[in-house]
Amino acid sequence: MSALQIKKGSSKHSAYNLRPNFSDVIEKHTLAVIVDNEAGVLARVIGLFGARGYNIDSLTVAEIDHAGHRSRITICTTGTPQVIEQIKAQLGRIVPVHEVHDLTVEGPSVERELALIKVQGDGEKRVEALRLADIFRANAVDSTLTSFVFEITGTPEKIDAFADLMRPLGLVEVARTGVAALSRGL
Amino acid sequence: MVVQALKDQGVDVVFGYPGGAVLPIYDEIFQQNDIRHILVRHEQAAVHAAEGYARSTGKPGVALVTSGPGATNAVTGLTDALLDSIPIVVLTGQVPTFMIGSDAFQEADTVGITRSSTKHNWLVKDTDKLAATLHEAFHVATAGRPGPVLIDIPKDVQFANGNYTPPQKVSTSRYKPQMKGDMESITELVAAIETAKRPVFYTGGGVINSGTAASQLLRELVDQTGFPITSTLMGLGAYPASGKGWLGMLGMHGLYEANLAMHDCDLMINIGARFDDRITGRIDAFSPNSKKAHIDIDPSSINKVIRVDIPIVGDVAHVLEDILKVWKARGRKTNKEGLAKWWDKINSWKAVDCLKFKHSETTIKPQYALQRLEALTKGHDRYITTEVGQHQMWAAQYLGFEDPNRWMTSGGLGTMGYGFPASIGVQLAHPESLVINVAGEASWLMNMQEMGTAVQFRLPVKQFILNNERLGMVRQWQELLHGERYSHSWSEALPDFVKLAEAFGAKGIYCDNPADLDDAIMEMINYDGPVIFDCLVEKHENCFPMIPSGEPHNKMLLGDASTKDAIGNSGAVLV
Repeated sequence: MSALQIKKGSSKHSAYNLRPNFSDVIEKHTLAVIVDNEAGVLARVIGLFGARGYNIDSLTVAEIDHAGHRSRITICTTGTPQVIEQIKAQLGRIVPVHEVHDLTVEGPSVERELALIKVQGDGEKRVEALRLADIFRANAVDSTLTSFVFEITGTPEKIDAFADLMRPLGLVEVARTGVAALSRGL
Repeated sequence: MVVQALKDQGVDVVFGYPGGAVLPIYDEIFQQNDIRHILVRHEQAAVHAAEGYARSTGKPGVALVTSGPGATNAVTGLTDALLDSIPIVVLTGQVPTFMIGSDAFQEADTVGITRSSTKHNWLVKDTDKLAATLHEAFHVATAGRPGPVLIDIPKDVQFANGNYTPPQKVSTSRYKPQMKGDMESITELVAAIETAKRPVFYTGGGVINSGTAASQLLRELVDQTGFPITSTLMGLGAYPASGKGWLGMLGMHGLYEANLAMHDCDLMINIGARFDDRITGRIDAFSPNSKKAHIDIDPSSINKVIRVDIPIVGDVAHVLEDILKVWKARGRKTNKEGLAKWWDKINSWKAVDCLKFKHSETTIKPQYALQRLEALTKGHDRYITTEVGQHQMWAAQYLGFEDPNRWMTSGGLGTMGYGFPASIGVQLAHPESLVINVAGEASWLMNMQEMGTAVQFRLPVKQFILNNERLGMVRQWQELLHGERYSHSWSEALPDFVKLAEAFGAKGIYCDNPADLDDAIMEMINYDGPVIFDCLVEKHENCFPMIPSGEPHNKMLLGDASTKDAIGNSGAVLV
């Protein structure tokens, strides 16, 4: 698979041809970028988005193969199909970038994000926060008499929903990791 | 080790300027004779000279500069090479590794600053990796779509002894661009070639970058199909100006017939060009009824600006070879009837003679000066560089190029001050050839310090300055666009160029009379040494044809026709 994510043997070298129509609809895509873990590689990727005016909704990066010096950067971005194709092609041009996967078009994928959410309160609100956390399968990882820190994993939407529910119950602070994503199956 | 790596990469010339952080490399250069070092007078010029060398030879050019200001001065040249896809390798010195980040003397975050103006860059902190990095740098600069690379080498790494890795042992596997085009798409294009009624080839710098084989294949394809061909500023010379398919340059100041052919065609075959905004004009009205094919080695060029129907990612020479193979195998078919009608139409556009201008007996018209330069240098082994502005467009219009790598100009970035140092790089690569920099006086002054370099190294570069005492292109835009308010577009304190030449120990020639022009040009050509030719031209001449900003190809302005309000409000914001 090339940087444009065109299947080998396909007749077209533009990923545009994967789509029936050009569209001006803004789409949300999750890209997985496999890079050499070397100095400056993250700056190159972020610099590209800054210089060309692309959006970054979330970004996570960590080394995934210590021996092979590979890192995986997961980027959630939005844009028209034309912009998304440009982003992928431009990412593919960066020398330390090995692969660019568009998980949104390559088939089903799993997306997960982890968040730590601090809630302050007492009395009924505190009990309610704990009950809701139970429903969302969030764990309390820290507790004082007047506060909790919940750990929650799930899709970004689930975390949004949980944070929204916590807001009237005394939400103080949120820390989110950004999305990590993998394609389903093999 | 640096010098050894350069030798192993076949480098014979380095353009540079020493300073504290590169002294160990300069010490090595001093102790050898294989690599020639050319001392420029400003680091920007070192990079442009390396570009001139690269564009005229097809080999990567090399520049060597010091840390801090040396590196920051090189940034313009790097960006210029990035936008024009020129392979150059720039080595910068850096403060010692243990001082990086301490705001040391002449420290700058060179890799940070140049990240977006290079194809790739490296900071080498480990001496054992230095040689391998240098070899990889040459690979990245030249492979695929060429471009500038930079290697930042801290001074302690330069001093240290490490293990040398020869080029054969360096893995280049992580950067391997696709060279062969997809056969199915190529066949689709051939089928379109067979039936097209109004085809046009639109070629660019990619043909030149692909090597001389690509130009040969292009000529074969164009001549055998009998299709018309136009080219961008960067692609001039890939197809000969004397060829029967040639329409001339296209774009904002391109020829009438070339732009109308682009607008009215039914099949556009883009080979190694990138639908730049100087070419397309208004995008939503760009060649509205054509099927478009695009051959480019860089996948990100495809569908970036203009959506195309037949995209082919690959190296121009490889793809052209396959197109020819398939087309011949299928019986060399073209739509002869349609093509004949198409040529009739094109010939009617050619009859407009869009490059005609009013000759004057008293003042030299810049177009006339270039016509005479063309006539008097045509038989020579000639290389042309230019600065940026009106003179550049006139040179592209009035000079004919028969071969690739003979025309060096700053296309994408439009860098005033490019041409003079570039001519130095070209002359070094081709010591016996006639190298002329067609310049405007304002651009030329931006790197005039290089007279010192030309004289010191006895480089007989000819500086042909079309002197209108104006920033001509700025003036033209102010006339058309800003109510003739000529804000800061002229200079009252120009030097006496003849005396300036003499002050540097070179020859100066002045000419302001059309009758004397031929003799003066011959004097320039025949002088064995650097010349500044001060050609005083008509001050208010405008460069036509012109597609006003924000207009499509079929709304060209010709000559001194009504130019008032030619550019609408929406076009005025475009440059």
